[in-house]
Amino acid sequence: MSAALEVQALNKGFTLHLQGGIGFQVLKSEALVVMPGECVALTGPSGAGKSTLMRCLQGNYGADAGRIMLAHRGGLADLAAADARLVREIRRETLGYVSQFLRVIPRVSARDVVAEPLIDRGMDPEAARERATALLTRLNLPPRLHGLPPATFSGGEQQRVNLARGFAPDYPILLLDEPTASLDAANREVVVALIQEAKSRGAALVGIFHDIEVRDRVADRLHQVLPLEEAA
Amino acid sequence: MNAITPRNAPGNTPEHAYNFAYLDEATKRMIRRAILKAIAIPGHQIPFGAREMPLPYGWGTGGIQVTAAILGPRDVLKVIDQGADDTTNAVSIRRFFARVANVETTTRTAEATIIQTRHRIPERPLTEGQVMVFQVPMPEPLFRLEPRLAETRRLHALGDYSLAQVRLYEDIARQGESGSAYNHPVMVGGRYLMSPSPIPGFDNPKLHNSPALMLFGAGREKKIYAVPPYTEVRSLDFEDHPFKPMRAPQCCSACGSATSYLDEIVADDQGGRIFVCSDTDHCAETQGQ
Amino acid sequence: MSAPLLEAARLQLRFGAVRALDGVDIEIFPGEVVAIVGESGSGKSTLLRVLAGAMNAEAGTVLYRDAEGEAHDVHALTEAGRRKLMRSDWGFVHQNARDGLRMGISAGGNVGERLMAAGDRNYAHIRAEAAEWMARVEMDPARIDEPPKNFSGGMQQRLQIARCLVTSPRLVFMDEPTGGLDVSVQARLLDLIRGLVSQLGLAVFFVTHDIAAARLLAHRIVVMRHGRIVEEGLADRVLDDPRHAYTQLLVSSVLAA
Ligand SMILES: Nc1ncnc2c1ncn2[C@@H]1O[C@H](COP(=O)(O)OP(=O)(O)OP(=O)(O)O)[C@@H](O)[C@H]1O
Ligand SMILES: Nc1ncnc2c1ncn2[C@@H]1O[C@H](COP(=O)(O)OP(=O)(O)O)[C@@H](O)[C@H]1O
Ligand SMILES: [Mg+2]
Ligand SMILES: [Mg+2]
Ligand SMILES: [Zn+2]
Repeated sequence: MSAALEVQALNKGFTLHLQGGIGFQVLKSEALVVMPGECVALTGPSGAGKSTLMRCLQGNYGADAGRIMLAHRGGLADLAAADARLVREIRRETLGYVSQFLRVIPRVSARDVVAEPLIDRGMDPEAARERATALLTRLNLPPRLHGLPPATFSGGEQQRVNLARGFAPDYPILLLDEPTASLDAANREVVVALIQEAKSRGAALVGIFHDIEVRDRVADRLHQVLPLEEAA
Repeated sequence: MNAITPRNAPGNTPEHAYNFAYLDEATKRMIRRAILKAIAIPGHQIPFGAREMPLPYGWGTGGIQVTAAILGPRDVLKVIDQGADDTTNAVSIRRFFARVANVETTTRTAEATIIQTRHRIPERPLTEGQVMVFQVPMPEPLFRLEPRLAETRRLHALGDYSLAQVRLYEDIARQGESGSAYNHPVMVGGRYLMSPSPIPGFDNPKLHNSPALMLFGAGREKKIYAVPPYTEVRSLDFEDHPFKPMRAPQCCSACGSATSYLDEIVADDQGGRIFVCSDTDHCAETQGQ
Repeated sequence: MSAPLLEAARLQLRFGAVRALDGVDIEIFPGEVVAIVGESGSGKSTLLRVLAGAMNAEAGTVLYRDAEGEAHDVHALTEAGRRKLMRSDWGFVHQNARDGLRMGISAGGNVGERLMAAGDRNYAHIRAEAAEWMARVEMDPARIDEPPKNFSGGMQQRLQIARCLVTSPRLVFMDEPTGGLDVSVQARLLDLIRGLVSQLGLAVFFVTHDIAAARLLAHRIVVMRHGRIVEEGLADRVLDDPRHAYTQLLVSSVLAA
């Protein structure tokens, strides 16, 4: 079986032009392979570069060097070298992402926030909304909130909308940044179940989990991200 | 037209102090060239070097110059003003040409070879060989919609007449029908938008495929344009609001015509109104039958 | 993937000593939304006008590919060809509604004019389309016979958008479409544009000062400075991982984009 995701010799640093142009390296020669059906948890001390790696995997941060190979459209695509259009195509079809915080879109209801990626993938809007409703219900979001824009929701409610949006399409690759951080025990269980289901349908997952118990239940493997001086 | 005294009349027979039809030959040739161009590009406005005429603008100086340029000794001239041969304006122009060109004049549409007109086309169908000369106050059909002349020229060049269509849309939206009663714009030969001069919409269909040549002269604006015989002339409209030529739903109280264009006139001191043919020749002819 | 809808190369334009465009290369693909951001005077509006063929560059080319895949050199088009493109394939939403609307003509006439220019001669159809588009931009179709001067700034902008979209253009140019509006009105307009753009699959070039608007609407962001593109790429990457000093300044000077 071939990998769903393979990071090869990835370098990522930042140059802060507003601070006198100081530059520093965050990721150096990073390597990671994730197989279909596998869940890999990123670990490491605060500031080590876990989120940076995750953002590189999502295309949100540009890689300085190296390759991020994804199984996409029956072939391989290098996200590190992809242009904006290819990144959008990969995100639409292959690569899902549950961020730490929901980026609220004004005036769009929770249900439509969740249905949007489905509609973008060509699903009939009615069917997409039905699936959205089912997922929000499963994540215990009160039905009265489904039709409201999430701007006024609590942190936990917003996070559940975010999770539903990420899990709604069956992405072959799914990135999860602290998916259970602001959830209660019951909803944490739902997320664990969603992750297990994604794995069993063959999705490759990469996650950052500060909740060790959840991490140990879902992760097949840990991937250490070390601060560079220690890694060296 | 005894108000006209030639400035440099040598003798005591003023008629012969003028060139034939008042204008000198060079001027007539210049106007004829403009007319030929106008005929070659139906509906397109051709500028010409309009001359001062012994009449104020608004009295048909454009039409008079066109008539003067095309008039020959064997022509028979009819002049109408709002359909009537006997208004001051019509009578003056007729006398003017009788005097400066010594041509025969008539009030009968059938006999005329050239008909100079203000605001009407005769009821009797025109025939091949006849020429209508329209007096035009404002030749630019987009005038009220686009005040910049350079831009109207560009719109004509591009055949972009959506503005005129928008105006019709606004008329229908406001008053339920496309209602310019006069001067309703027409498309000539499918190419140029043209002002038919302030004729009633009732006369617009007479421009379409007419056997007669239609010439339009605008004196103040110094433009000539033309509709050659048998040219397609369509009134601007919408498919579902087709252009409707309108007339008062009455009969002429003089000749009884139920088809001619009628003028409404106050008949008595009580404000009673009657309708009579605007085309006086047509009315007389119908009465005679 | 498909070929670019519009493709400009090596655009050069100087106004006296000012280099308004200094070697600009830019392209847009079908269905793509590209935000052009940058400080005032950086050449954004100039670029938009040159791309739309409303202004000539001193050097460089702009190619437009029509629905049949045929490429047209925008600056070599005749006036007639350019106007035809402007009313069939393209739309332009001006910052000032006065530049994009006829103020003496009803809302319905304003929207309908584009249809009439495209040859529609059915009054009922034109009117129904105008009413439908007013509803789509969240205006009351009952006000179809009112002139734009009766409407608020935000409504005028929406009317302008309706006028522009009624003929289903493939490419729309917007110059600060939310400029000069109240913040709440801006948000509503942006949201409306966002919805329409994704429903209709439009390609849009829009100039904005508003980084949050760029994040909300754009797939790709182009950062301009002194007539040059200093940075360009995926919208969220340009905003979250800016490389150029100027982009970093631009992003850092916005609170929470
Ligand atoms: N956009 C950015 N610009 C500049 N520096 C950045 C940027 N993003 C991350 N960094 C820096 O890169 C380093 C790694 O940050 P990152 O957010 O990846 O850490 P993390 O491992 O997720 O930490 P935490 O566990 O605290 O979330 C930090 O020093 C951070 O300040
Ligand atoms: N028609 C013009 N004539 C002279 N200078 C101009 C003209 N248009 C723009 N400029 C100048 O070109 C530069 C870029 O302008 P513009 O594209 O309008 O900037 P932006 O839209 O980014 O604010 C500015 O210095 C501006 O003053
Ligand atoms: Mg982090
Ligand atoms: Mg500007
Ligand atoms: Zn009569």
